[in-house]
Amino acid sequence: MSSVFPDLRPHFPALHQTVNGKPLVYLDNGATSHKPRAVIDALVRYYERDNSNVHRGLHALSMRSTDSFEAARARVAAFIHAQDQAEIVFVRGTTEAVNIVARGLGAQLKPGDVVLTTEMEHHSNLVPWQQVAKATGATLCYVPVLGADGEGGLDLAALDTLLTPQVKVFAFTHISNTLGTINPAAELCRRARAVGALTVIDAAQSIGHEPLDVQALGCDFLAFSGHKMCGPTGIGVLYGRRALLDAMAPDETGGGMVVSVDYQGARWKPSPERFEAGTPHVAGAVGLAAAMDYIDAVGRESIAAHDHELAAYARQRLAEIPGMRILGPTAGQPRAGIVSFALGDAHAHDVVTFADQDGIALRGGHHCNQPLMRKLGLPSTARASFYLYNTREEIDVLAASLLKIQKFFAG
Amino acid sequence: MSDLTDLYQAVILDHNKRPRNRGRLPTATRVASGDNPTCGDNCTVYLRMEGDRIAEISFDGSGCAISQASASFMTTQVKGRTADEATARFAEFKDIVTTGRQPEDFSEVAAFAGVHAFPARIKCATLSWHAAIDALKQPDQPLQS
Repeated sequence: MSSVFPDLRPHFPALHQTVNGKPLVYLDNGATSHKPRAVIDALVRYYERDNSNVHRGLHALSMRSTDSFEAARARVAAFIHAQDQAEIVFVRGTTEAVNIVARGLGAQLKPGDVVLTTEMEHHSNLVPWQQVAKATGATLCYVPVLGADGEGGLDLAALDTLLTPQVKVFAFTHISNTLGTINPAAELCRRARAVGALTVIDAAQSIGHEPLDVQALGCDFLAFSGHKMCGPTGIGVLYGRRALLDAMAPDETGGGMVVSVDYQGARWKPSPERFEAGTPHVAGAVGLAAAMDYIDAVGRESIAAHDHELAAYARQRLAEIPGMRILGPTAGQPRAGIVSFALGDAHAHDVVTFADQDGIALRGGHHCNQPLMRKLGLPSTARASFYLYNTREEIDVLAASLLKIQKFFAG
Repeated sequence: MSDLTDLYQAVILDHNKRPRNRGRLPTATRVASGDNPTCGDNCTVYLRMEGDRIAEISFDGSGCAISQASASFMTTQVKGRTADEATARFAEFKDIVTTGRQPEDFSEVAAFAGVHAFPARIKCATLSWHAAIDALKQPDQPLQS
């Protein structure tokens, strides 16, 4: 696959640097991706030409900014196949999106209700639900992760007993940021819908990596960030079915989201403005739309195939190293471009510091996934995560570095 | 990797692999814990005081080689010392790991001077010391089982 996949590296300025005297090998894409020139140019163009506040101005620049902002919204709607651009709320990122949904739906929860999530959630799709459960008296339940190394994925058989009519919300990740597991999101949504539960998908790790269609998934809400998909930091999206968004109370109030205000109270605009109090991140939305154009020009099917191929190759190369414990799907099973591992007695932070000396950017820690790490009996792991500009040669550099580290700590 | 081998030279690896005074101290009269939330490192320090002097000390927890070695080293540095002496030791240790200054005495600490080149890891090196100082500030009470 890599032989036919185009070399996109010239498009990414930040990749062309040395770190500790070695060419940068950037394998921390699960945390954030680098930005192509097209996205950087879109941000600069916006600030140099259109920059103005949106929605409230009647002058030329304000109208241009408003047009760019709303065009970005339409671009996002098309990217995920939303029916209506009013279903696209611009937020800071996945975390804010989940918080809006959790508190919005939380207002409708009561004791006896169940919020179902999974044992593989990022803290951003876990802690907001814990808070809502505490505030409302609802119960938080978890779909177990199977296997000593999490290789079995979600326990789909347990769903039959877990998905009771008391479940009002089922919130789950599309792709695990720790395990690299690709969850059967459409099936999970279908089964949740059968008991009347609303579904919330954390798409932070999937949005820029896999084809994604909210109609095909059948989800009620979907949350993602721009910065993991070639876009700017500080911009993300909450997608929600329009009727559900319009029935939800706003999380933040202020300017831009009200129809009318008097000294006694205010009335809210419908979605999306209802959830966008204050001046939005206009440049971020413009940059996000440019990122979506870039990704679609490459093709999400081929990006996914490239990611999966790199992950399979990394898994194979890392497995050759003595004492290596690799989390998530076994060889041959589908795996997103994420490989987390524990290297013998070497702690993840030592591994990451050593790899950094070879110019390799890895993630080390609990990956905002502390309960899962505890369940797997690991204080932390190191993680390599891949994207459209990574190559097999970079994985060879990683494997050589890890072998050196293994020998150092075993010696 | 030469900078790193400086940092992880024999003393650190030795303390990491064969930690001194590791484990819960059943006779402890003071306990304090510290966390490094970015890493997930944690460290609990147990003290048994005799008057103002640290008669026994141990540590427990998990973390990287630097934090584990530093905890092990710390116990060897403060055992038998008064609270003031231990606090002074910490001040010197902290100065060495943040500035890279080579110490005049207690030579083993020289290995930790390399930490200063890796600012993200200074917290790893000081975690157990902070826990020990916290424990020293507490009143004596029997360890709860």
